Amino acid sequence: MTPDLQKADLHKDERHTADPGGVLTGIHFMDGDHACCEGALAAGSRFAAGYPITPSTEVVERFAARVPTVGGTFIQMEDELAASITLQGAVWAGAKAFTVTSGPGFSLMMEHIGYAAMTETPCVFVDVQRGGPSTGLPTLPAQADMMQARWGSHGDYEIIALCPNSPQECFDLTIKAFNLAEEYRVPVMFMMDEVVGHMTEKVVIPPADQIEVVPRKHTHKSVADYLPYGTNGDLVPEMAHAGDGYKFHVTGLTHDERGYPNMTPPVQDKLVRRLQNKILNAVDRISMFEEEQIEGADVVVISYGITSRVAQRAIEAARKKGLRVGKLRLITAWPFPDKKIRELAAKVKAFVVPELNLGQMVREVERAASGQAKTFAVSHAGGGVHNPEDILKVIVEAGR
Amino acid sequence: MAKGRVSIVVERCKACGFCVEFCPTHVLALSSAFNSKGYHPPHVVHPEKCSGCDLCGMYCPDFAIAASKVASGKGGEK
Amino acid sequence: MTDSVNTDLVNLEVDPVVNPVEAFLRSDRMPHIWCPGCGIGTTVNSFARALIDSKVDLQTLALVSGIGCTGRVAGYVKLDSFHTTHGRAIPFATGMKLANPKLNVVVYSGDGDLSAIGGNHLIHAARRNIDLKVICVNNLIYAMTGGQSAPTTPDGSTTSTNPYGVFEPSFNLPHLVEAAGAVYVARWTTFHVRQLARAMAEAFQKKGFSFIEVISPCPTLYQRRNKMGDGLDAMKFYKEKSKVRHGAPTSEVGLTMTGEIVVGKFVDRDRPDYQNLMGAQYTHSLGDRYVEQPPVEQEPVCS
Repeated sequence: MTPDLQKADLHKDERHTADPGGVLTGIHFMDGDHACCEGALAAGSRFAAGYPITPSTEVVERFAARVPTVGGTFIQMEDELAASITLQGAVWAGAKAFTVTSGPGFSLMMEHIGYAAMTETPCVFVDVQRGGPSTGLPTLPAQADMMQARWGSHGDYEIIALCPNSPQECFDLTIKAFNLAEEYRVPVMFMMDEVVGHMTEKVVIPPADQIEVVPRKHTHKSVADYLPYGTNGDLVPEMAHAGDGYKFHVTGLTHDERGYPNMTPPVQDKLVRRLQNKILNAVDRISMFEEEQIEGADVVVISYGITSRVAQRAIEAARKKGLRVGKLRLITAWPFPDKKIRELAAKVKAFVVPELNLGQMVREVERAASGQAKTFAVSHAGGGVHNPEDILKVIVEAGR
Repeated sequence: MAKGRVSIVVERCKACGFCVEFCPTHVLALSSAFNSKGYHPPHVVHPEKCSGCDLCGMYCPDFAIAASKVASGKGGEK
Repeated sequence: MTDSVNTDLVNLEVDPVVNPVEAFLRSDRMPHIWCPGCGIGTTVNSFARALIDSKVDLQTLALVSGIGCTGRVAGYVKLDSFHTTHGRAIPFATGMKLANPKLNVVVYSGDGDLSAIGGNHLIHAARRNIDLKVICVNNLIYAMTGGQSAPTTPDGSTTSTNPYGVFEPSFNLPHLVEAAGAVYVARWTTFHVRQLARAMAEAFQKKGFSFIEVISPCPTLYQRRNKMGDGLDAMKFYKEKSKVRHGAPTSEVGLTMTGEIVVGKFVDRDRPDYQNLMGAQYTHSLGDRYVEQPPVEQEPVCS
């Protein structure tokens, strides 16, 4: 039942474990926001730049309290535009850094998410989703930023997005988010929602030596040989930090392997495709799911975040009625597991996709299914969670 | 014997005229020759008046000229 | 005299003078994109001199720029340089400095980038007294995008977005940053190459938020649209109109289209910088529990 969160694993020779100074080993009763903060510290993050926004603020409030006793920096910036780029300056100085926000702030951060993607700055953006659009429902849940997480900034780029469904996962998956960010040199969107962020549950924090941490992919090349955006075929360049002595250049302009602006179609093509391929070629390694009774299922319920817990009730009720219902919980929402859904679509009658939005990830499911299976959305405009009855109704309908 | 000397990187010059104007001893003038971009680079017309102060170098926005004192040879103004 | 020069001969100089700025340039990217008579390159000469004279450790010098003509400086200097987003060089630089306080972080950007879209960050960084050295090249216009009005464009100027003349009051940047909390505020023009270099060198040694405004020509847009000649005409204008007034009250140094340009060092004061304040507060509140941020482990560079 417990998903194998190590599935999208490290393919490195060395194994690094967490710095004990940042790990609050023990059994805690903690909410998702707080657990996310602890995950960041366990992952080795010692820098956060934030701006208050409900329901995410507690993450950085806790970080502000914890980090001076662990050895790091928190700064509350004057707005999200600043926070989202301040953390990147810290990354290029050598830190693991993140920020935390919700809908309106996430919108403000979009330019800098694109900058992180373009400059391949490893970092984590936590979005504790709330009702929208605009100011919306500051204290109530939604899952309506899912498409924005993928497409919110301009241009062609890829990101990774993770969806925890419990405070425990807020801890575990935040570490995963940082690890994926370092491995692929990409901004990772940590898509929580207000319920998961504010629900309090048992969170087990293991000893530091049981927590695997991916270090910065720092170059060991000589100054003469180092190319800031050169790759050896694995599509992810090695990084250097300001102050190392490489005297390198980083720009958001389309650039060549030296990092120099080179605004021509061939360089654009090469760069942008590599940014895309470094993620899409690794979908199998990056994707994480929780699957249950998929084999022989007529209907598969695909869900994520808090909705997956409500859906569980509906799935169990459906099974009691004799229906063959499988569960597929998306832990990695982006990159979307096209191949997996396409293969599954050939074997099942229908997918049911409940979401706290008017239809976002369901579009991806439908697209990937390519007409081989029917796709049913169970939409909810947000502000609360689904009534399991509503999901059950659609499961029954889908199974007909 | 001039106290200084000037070197000009002709291909970088965009003929802005700063060096000609601000040389305190009027060593330079824009030539009638062209570089490959079509600009008239400066040339030294009064080499004997060059003090090697390198104001030309400091003014040049294109990093196309520099002067140094003859005694210290290479390396710009001390 | 002005007879035709054999330019080949000049290029084949046996023992050319080495320009001290060359050591700081990405020579493989020359010639640069700045227009004939643009003053940005001139400011870079002063910057290079300042680096040499102040003996700043180049390895720990990081340069951060924003978007615009001046923003392109980052791409031309041979330093750890970061060309970031429009208006956000200062917060990026803040993150860099706080994560590795050993770095000497210079922000090199234009008037539009720093005072319009970046205005909020400018005032907060000055307020906090973040240890940054900000060089603001002020060409009174948004040059890169074709000559639109900037908050610094003087009343009466013609721009592409004020084709009938600018009627908005313009910013007095030294006054703004002094009020916000900057500890070092100076203004020079690209005519004042040596004074500018000296000011930059002073700023590099100063702890806290330093701001140097450099008035610089934009011949293609500002000069041309306002029938003020070319870059050289602007330089002569600066020479004629500048008045050195060290310590002048910043409220009195506002610029007009054709009036006096007050230059000099206006503010040089001492205030604890952000990191000092942070360390002091944590020590006071946490005592022994305060764990200072460990220094960044610089990976040794293989030669």
